[in-house]
Amino acid sequence: MAESQIYSLHVNGEQREVADAWLGESLLFVLRERLGLMGSKGACEQGECGSCSVLVDGALVCSCLVLAAAAVGQQIVTIEGVAPVGSPSDVQQAFVDAGAVQCGFCTPGLIMAAHSLLERSPAPSEMEIREELSGNICRCTGYGRIIDAVQRVAVARIVVNGRGIDGGIKS
Amino acid sequence: MTDAPTRSELRGRLGDSIARPDGVPKVQGTFAFSGDLSADGFLWGATLRSPYPHARIISIDLSGAWKISGVEAVITATDVPGKSTYGLISHDQPVFAVDVVRFVGEPIAAVAADHPETCRRALAAIVVEYEVLPPLVDPERAIDGSHAPVHPDGNVIRHQRIVRGDQTIQGPVIVEGTYELGMQDQAFLGLEAALALPDSGGDGIELFVATQWLHEDQKQIAACLGFPEDKVRLTLGGVGGAFGAREDISLQVHTCLLALRTGRPVRMAYSREESFLGHVHRHPCTIWMRHHADYDGRILRVEARFVFDGGAYASTSSAVLINGITHAQGPYKCENATVDGWAVRTNNLPCGAMRGFGVVQACFAHEGQMDKLAVAVGSDPVAIRLLNAMETGDRLITGQVIENVAPVARCIRETAALPLPSQPVGGHDLDPLRLPGGSGLTADVSHIRRGIGWGVAIKNLMYSEAFDDYSTARVRLADGVASVKFATAEVGQGFVTIAGQIVRSILGVDEVIIEAIDTTVGSAGSTSASRQTWMSGGAVDGACRLVREQLFQHVGQMHGIDPLRLTIDGRDVVDAEGSLRVSVTDASAGLELDQTFEHHHRPTEDLDEFGQGNCHTAFAFVAHRAVVDVDVELGLVKVVQIATAQDIGRALNPLSVVGQIEGGIAQGLGLAVMEEIIQIDGHVRNASFTDYLLPTFLDMPDVAISLIEEPDPMAPLGAKGVGEPPTISSTPAIVAAIRDAIGRDLTRVPVRPNDICLP
Repeated sequence: MAESQIYSLHVNGEQREVADAWLGESLLFVLRERLGLMGSKGACEQGECGSCSVLVDGALVCSCLVLAAAAVGQQIVTIEGVAPVGSPSDVQQAFVDAGAVQCGFCTPGLIMAAHSLLERSPAPSEMEIREELSGNICRCTGYGRIIDAVQRVAVARIVVNGRGIDGGIKS
Repeated sequence: MTDAPTRSELRGRLGDSIARPDGVPKVQGTFAFSGDLSADGFLWGATLRSPYPHARIISIDLSGAWKISGVEAVITATDVPGKSTYGLISHDQPVFAVDVVRFVGEPIAAVAADHPETCRRALAAIVVEYEVLPPLVDPERAIDGSHAPVHPDGNVIRHQRIVRGDQTIQGPVIVEGTYELGMQDQAFLGLEAALALPDSGGDGIELFVATQWLHEDQKQIAACLGFPEDKVRLTLGGVGGAFGAREDISLQVHTCLLALRTGRPVRMAYSREESFLGHVHRHPCTIWMRHHADYDGRILRVEARFVFDGGAYASTSSAVLINGITHAQGPYKCENATVDGWAVRTNNLPCGAMRGFGVVQACFAHEGQMDKLAVAVGSDPVAIRLLNAMETGDRLITGQVIENVAPVARCIRETAALPLPSQPVGGHDLDPLRLPGGSGLTADVSHIRRGIGWGVAIKNLMYSEAFDDYSTARVRLADGVASVKFATAEVGQGFVTIAGQIVRSILGVDEVIIEAIDTTVGSAGSTSASRQTWMSGGAVDGACRLVREQLFQHVGQMHGIDPLRLTIDGRDVVDAEGSLRVSVTDASAGLELDQTFEHHHRPTEDLDEFGQGNCHTAFAFVAHRAVVDVDVELGLVKVVQIATAQDIGRALNPLSVVGQIEGGIAQGLGLAVMEEIIQIDGHVRNASFTDYLLPTFLDMPDVAISLIEEPDPMAPLGAKGVGEPPTISSTPAIVAAIRDAIGRDLTRVPVRPNDICLP
């Protein structure tokens, strides 16, 4: 593409150069196709489903709605930045154990949303979980096991030391 | 490129709620979905689609696309080297439109280029001149012949009658209704995507794709490419949900053609709008039904007429039709029937498989009728259903005897026994989020009425009408490690989990390697019709048993024991007397036991001209009770609770079963009150997640579940398929609950606000 430029993004604690990118590319596209971070998923391209959720300066956003070039200078955390491969976070492990994963396409976005929720509200009520996660659509599970997973983490964190031990997002 | 085999060390035998072996990669974002696959030097592919539901193509000018820098291929129908059409049952759908387009979204051309944006510009630069033709959008006009054929195969895809028993029986009690269902989309999250890698000589291709049936894709793709089947090798790309929409070809042939034309890897990935247009949907359907019953409410005869709108191409419409009409009686005894069924062609979006496959439509009608019958004879929804409940040994209106376990009455009773919601309207805390309208804060509690409704269903399992949808599995055992190979599409349902459980249970091993899912082993049939636990489960079970037999022969020979006296106990091979105990690991040391097994279900028959014949393989049953709160002023509905008891045979993985039930109910809820693809004169008005509403966390109610485990002797593992039943009768239960709340008839789904508040 002709209208390209070099810029860099701060992703998962590293400065990453983005070369030969068209300036019209979304953050989701650049994360996936330029930086090889395929964990963020695109499913609606209009901010309705939450599959592409990432943190930008600590705020949960749909990366399909953000122009990548507009995220220069901001701290971006993707699903790949939540925990090392093979060492899932408490939220990730709870999703596996509680049966909150079927096809798994919505899962990375939901993990981001659940981490974000539990950081802000360590002991959410069921209705709070439903409201907070309602921007993430899952077509497989009917949501019941996902709610269970989030509740398991909340309980476990409180049991351990009140809140937010290892499982939280380090950004 | 291919994922390394998944090495699973999970403990877990049949009946255990173990976690998925692909769970950790999925939660960490490292699981490779088909849209995540890439290759060096790849190009992006994209498709030009018809903006008209019906038009003649006068000319196509591709020159503008070729002028755009970065474009490497532009292809149309003239570039299809093999068969120009494809289809699951009849090959009536063109790879690219030739001369005429028959639905909005029909592919006309495809391009390959260096960037998705280049592709978009190239598509915009293709000039197609059309002569717009009047679209056929009313299915009745396809039946009455008043519209010229929109396809050389004609406007009627299939007509089938069912005529059984005494055709003269009337009342004394007669109830009648006409029921209508809108077009539902499967709306899986993982959009259609594929990666095609051409062989260096251009005489073969490798395709990574999210599909439900690798071998059927292989057959159809090879025919269109003009290749022998063994020159088209498929591997399952990670599948982000399916629900029926991946049973048909969508982008497979286009991706391969672009790769072969350019000699480079090509990735195609649909947008959400394109996905709505580019795969088949649940059939819109109109059903007239009349029940004759005695004064107690016993069904004497059913009359019905079904009209399924198949859209522009046949897909599986003929099979959906048969499923619909053969389930017209529901899970109830009925000796006499007159049913007329049509599946027709229109210029609406093509329809085919979606979870429930014709039975969703039938169930919405027969359950509406059961409630009318209850009112007519002064009974209630539960009593009328128990009075008529089908049992093992009863006959369908096709004459087929139900030989399966058929715990219909138990499903109803156990559902009724589940506690009703303890919370009043809005909950004890009167949280607005619990009210109809939710965070819109529109509800006035005094205007909200609660209702309760019922739905009960019968669903056939596996394919029907003499189709041998077998499944294949290969199991190897060496040094205490088993590996299992199959072509069964894992679409999220969890077959990879129970496959490991089966292997562990039968071979006494801890470690099971699930090999890559591809076409280097025999067909597994489709991941549809609630069939893979039964069919591929049966194949894995069969292959394991053959391996175990080999192992016992070896151990018997080594120790001078009759192999028939050997058995597996935990991780050991033991003999009946307890004199020998050797671990499976030691017993299989240095061996390479390798067996392949095909599981075939019992043969089925075609229907005759009167709709008689043993056309189905097996059946499962389910009951749903819905509780809803309705804002009668605004027409908004909040589903408060669904209770369900489901006939599952045996829970091979209870957690996985619960996931299927809750997820299926969510889709049934969607059809009841939210989901419809709206078409006006063949044009689609809401092909996006902004305008096509899916249930969210806030729409889903609590679900109370009772699993009915009566192992079915006909099922290889005693387990029935569990995927479809939750979707089927949850919809009529919710609609019945809304009727109960507002005291008025509702005959169409999805129920819209104006259906409730504007009588």
